[in-house]
Amino acid sequence: MAYDAQTVRRLVARGKHWDKVFVIIGLLSLMVGVLTLAVLLAGLIHDGAGRLNLDFFSNFPSRRAERAGILSALVGSSLVMLVTALAAIPLGIAAGVYLEEYARKNWLTEIIEINVTNLAGVPSIIYGLLALGLFVYAFDFGQSILSAGLTLALLILPVIIVATREAIRAIPGTIREGAYALGATRWQTVRDHVVPYSTGGILTGVIIGLARAIGETAPVITIGALTFIAFLPEAPVGGEFPFISFEWLSSPFTVMPIQMFNWLSRPQAAFQENAAAAGMVLVVLTLLMNALAIWLRLRYRKRIKW
Amino acid sequence: MEMSANELAGQKTGVELSALKAEARNLNFYYGDMQALKGVSLPVAERRVTALIGPSGCGKSTFLRCFNRMHDLYDGSRYEGEIVFQPDGVNILERSVDPIEVRMRIGMVFQKPNPFPKSIFENVAYGLRVRGERSRRVMAEKVEAALRDASLWDEVSDRLDDMAFNLSGGQQQRLCIARALATEPELMLFDEPTSALDPIATANIEELIHRLKDKVTILIVTHNMQQAARVSDYTAFMYLGELVEFGDTNLIFTNPKSKQTEDYITGRYG
Repeated sequence: MAYDAQTVRRLVARGKHWDKVFVIIGLLSLMVGVLTLAVLLAGLIHDGAGRLNLDFFSNFPSRRAERAGILSALVGSSLVMLVTALAAIPLGIAAGVYLEEYARKNWLTEIIEINVTNLAGVPSIIYGLLALGLFVYAFDFGQSILSAGLTLALLILPVIIVATREAIRAIPGTIREGAYALGATRWQTVRDHVVPYSTGGILTGVIIGLARAIGETAPVITIGALTFIAFLPEAPVGGEFPFISFEWLSSPFTVMPIQMFNWLSRPQAAFQENAAAAGMVLVVLTLLMNALAIWLRLRYRKRIKW
Repeated sequence: MEMSANELAGQKTGVELSALKAEARNLNFYYGDMQALKGVSLPVAERRVTALIGPSGCGKSTFLRCFNRMHDLYDGSRYEGEIVFQPDGVNILERSVDPIEVRMRIGMVFQKPNPFPKSIFENVAYGLRVRGERSRRVMAEKVEAALRDASLWDEVSDRLDDMAFNLSGGQQQRLCIARALATEPELMLFDEPTSALDPIATANIEELIHRLKDKVTILIVTHNMQQAARVSDYTAFMYLGELVEFGDTNLIFTNPKSKQTEDYITGRYG
């Protein structure tokens, strides 16, 4: 039975009708996300833009809203992120590489794999509880930058492991075989090929993980970050021998989201402005980190195309 | 009349062979429970080209990849039987033999060009780096020699630092040949090296293989019978995991003993 021209036209028209319907549904769905973000940002800017000046970045918190700034929170966040990155990057990459390149595929690695993915979904406050018992008390690191950094490192470890594994899986098997066929050992293959070729994907995962960590509040409160702190940790690099100091690791601290939370919980309107301004800084930091991730991905993708 | 693959190998084929570089003896290979090779015995003559032909899925690539223990990279593979490598007379399938040692002496070129996403120079130099070569001068000399042997030097000598991906498909495959040659292998395995290339690039590679046999023993898998006829001295026809016939290439193509071989080379199946 053949379809005559008219039937065909009707069938096509009916099919296309659903195209139009879906375009509308899709656009609406998209708008929900985009508009919410836009409104949120506009609100923050409206409330907080007036407070954004150099003093806001260079002042310690204060009881007087107009003199309060985010210096200690910004420095605290930066140092905590430094510890987080230094701990999570090598651990995450090593674990990911091991699972992909070394581990035999059996029920044990299967269970580990499922659990790594599950870890990414554990509420962050649970990590805070774990860290309170482990880092703060058992290891006696105290309520310090070190404890906070390690806690957030645990939190983003699954993100980095998963990103590492995905980046490694994108490498064609023939490239790996090419290296082995030349007589390379597993380690040489990992060091000279697998890790370099997956750097783009790994870095993207690292940055997305850090962008999540920088906004985390609950676990950092749990381990006892301060909400009001008017001094900076000792600088890591000094003018006197031995020039490098690790005192800052054990220093008390606060971070951006906690500072923001602190201001939000005050009744005075002026502090609400401060909170909005701090929120703007935090959002911009996160956006910048994500932009960096995108840029890195594009850069590496340009160099390596499979 | 069917002869067992076993009887076909070595002297029993009536083929006059020069010295042997390697010899498969009654080789069985399993992927898990699936037996992919059934009692394959095949001599590989030194400084000659031996071609493996047969329809898709006949086990010719599987057989080739036994020679450098490539199957060891994947769980669930199992060898039975021997591949004796000369002049040592060692069975390279033995568990006590490290596959990495085997791959140090036996090079391989793959079906699809698989250059590393590195510079042209680094691609060829990589095998030397793995072998601990440190001198930049020695490295540069060997890279040049390998690229010349692979007839690629004239095309890339002025852009050794370019990414290998910028080369054409045929150039990439010659780069992969240079990469293997740089390590001075005693035996080179070619796994359908021209199946992804156009006719001109294919002709280049065939000519190259023809020239290389003065230096190195070659075992080549090809789905292209004309190619086997053009480049090889000996040809083995495989079917369903068994070696059906082995002999002098001229004889195989002009006067095959087995009906199956004849059907295949006359294009009746495959």
